[in-house]
Amino acid sequence: MNEKLKKLTTHRLFWPLVCLALVLLFNFIKSPSFFKISINNGVLYGYLIDILNRSSELIVLAVGMTLCVASSAGTDISVGAIMALSGAATVYCLGTGDTYAIPWILAILIGLVVSVLCGMWNGFLVAKMKIQPMVATLILFTAGRGMAQLITGGNILYIKEPSFKYLGGFLPHIPIPTPILVAIVVVVLSTLFLNKTATKLYVESVGINPKASRLFGLNSTRIIFITYAACGLCAGIAGMIATSRIASIDANNVGNLMELDAILAVALGGNSLGGGKFSVAGSVIGAVTIQALSTTLYAMSVTGDQLPLYKAIVVIVIVTLQSPEFKRYVNRWKAKRTVKADGKKVA
Amino acid sequence: MAEKIKSKLRGNGFLLAVTIILFLVLYFAGAVLYADRNFTSPQVFLNLFISNAGLIIAAVGMTFVLITGGIDISIGSVIGVVCMMLAWMMEIKHMSAVLAIVLVFVFGIVFGLVQGFLISYLKIQPFIVTLGGMFFARGLTAMISSDMISIQNETFLNLANHKIYLNFITYYNNRGVEMHPYIYLSVVIALVVVLISWIILRYTKFGRAVFAVGGNEQSALLMGLNPKTTKLKVYILNGFLASLAGFVFCLNSCGGFVEQARGFEMDAIASAVIGGTLLTGGVGTVVGSLFGALIKGIIETIITFQGTLSSWWTRIVIAALLCFFVILQSVFKTIREKRLAQDDHH
Repeated sequence: MNEKLKKLTTHRLFWPLVCLALVLLFNFIKSPSFFKISINNGVLYGYLIDILNRSSELIVLAVGMTLCVASSAGTDISVGAIMALSGAATVYCLGTGDTYAIPWILAILIGLVVSVLCGMWNGFLVAKMKIQPMVATLILFTAGRGMAQLITGGNILYIKEPSFKYLGGFLPHIPIPTPILVAIVVVVLSTLFLNKTATKLYVESVGINPKASRLFGLNSTRIIFITYAACGLCAGIAGMIATSRIASIDANNVGNLMELDAILAVALGGNSLGGGKFSVAGSVIGAVTIQALSTTLYAMSVTGDQLPLYKAIVVIVIVTLQSPEFKRYVNRWKAKRTVKADGKKVA
Repeated sequence: MAEKIKSKLRGNGFLLAVTIILFLVLYFAGAVLYADRNFTSPQVFLNLFISNAGLIIAAVGMTFVLITGGIDISIGSVIGVVCMMLAWMMEIKHMSAVLAIVLVFVFGIVFGLVQGFLISYLKIQPFIVTLGGMFFARGLTAMISSDMISIQNETFLNLANHKIYLNFITYYNNRGVEMHPYIYLSVVIALVVVLISWIILRYTKFGRAVFAVGGNEQSALLMGLNPKTTKLKVYILNGFLASLAGFVFCLNSCGGFVEQARGFEMDAIASAVIGGTLLTGGVGTVVGSLFGALIKGIIETIITFQGTLSSWWTRIVIAALLCFFVILQSVFKTIREKRLAQDDHH
């Protein structure tokens, strides 16, 4: 029994899941109707659906971010800007007329190609030029939004065609919000790809020791490059969802500060930001936790401005609890106490 | 061995020289392009310092942190909250200016202490800790007030508007009137901070320890240095400098609002990187960061003088420069490593 419990608590997804459960439990106590899901006008409706719906961009971003972090021990801080850039490209191609200027599938492809190119640029700098990931991605972080502004001419562009909202809203006759479906597809496909091929092992081994992996016959440079390109693609997909949600592009605000939430999701999911072993599932749990927390706080009438304060406290508490150093301090303190107690008994 | 050190110094000196040359090139380009609009007047030059005093101080603090191999992305928010606190304490709580200023410095130091403790003693990644700090400070700003508060306090406004005329420089404006250029208190503070930090990093035990810890923590430990306390001190210093930057920022803006100085940390990091500081730690100079900040200023000035380009061009040009510098650093590092390897063979 004890053995089983120990196995359970040392599982890498245990603590992230506990955090998520705590947030959900808190909600359940506050409003017992929290878990209720009903069908209104043929679509699913409820707090849980809302949380999942709103967290889908973050989930997609977190999947890409996990790969970058795992392979290069660095973070890609340009994903928010890439979201804006690819969204701007798509909206610009579709045009602001009553109908699409070019077929929508082509426009989305263009947006995704832009995002992959951005990811490849980051990957080139990190993998080939050996620049620290944060600095390398700082370049697009600084320039990305400016370039998106150049595309949109500094205006907010609106799309009139109603079918553009499908991606960020509901497809006809399907009760589940499309962003959730997209997120599920991304997570399932990437998990299958990572686990059914040796890719996960490659990425982890490059993350743990790029030089050793090279000697072992892995092309570290190419693997790091690919993870950044994949991260760019994820950012592009998230950008499509975010743009479609509001059927417009506001280059200043789409994906603003999303990169930080994505990195946070990775860390909350129990992944080390030092690279190496990773779990996509953990990052997904982290992303949902962040969104659940935000929704909870909004429900407690905390304003959007003040939200970061609570988020910060929760984040710091969670990462402190997860920190091995902290656990060591606690264990040492416990050991001291037992020694003292034993000493008293003997006396 | 001596050769090695010499070549290393030569390397970093080279990067610093490129930064300074770039600044001069940009300045002269502006001078040639906008000669008819008084680009060369001493006041335009001094305005670079006036409008970027906060950035210079923040970049110096960031340099310390980057040299230890850490990072601090909270300073933009800290500057925001410091401005808001100053405004709130003086306008809503009617405290004296001196008390309010002292209190925000205390806040900055405590903020740095907490972050430093979490980073150095609990070994949580600096990025995550300061990300938390960033959220915390920004949220705190909104908690204090979601409206803009402008400062009316007389002492503070006197401090903010006190012009220090440099009477030893004389120039003529376009009407031919004799003028003396002026600076504000903020510029004096910024330059003093740069000077003191330069001395600390170059000539004190603490400064040496900062470089040693950033270069290689294990070796620093074996040399008998304590990486934990060194890092803690650096983060405390950085917290103080962030609050000082906030104070200087407030001298310019004379008010506080929630969105103030958003993204400022990235400007500070960009300034440090353009100035030749490596994010991997162990390498960096405050003089470089000073010029990094001035380069951002000169780009802004040129774009203002140009008149038709929109402000987001500043970001694009800075990104391009950043790109140029990191690639230069990368190429330079490879060459140096090769040279060192050759030296080892001999």
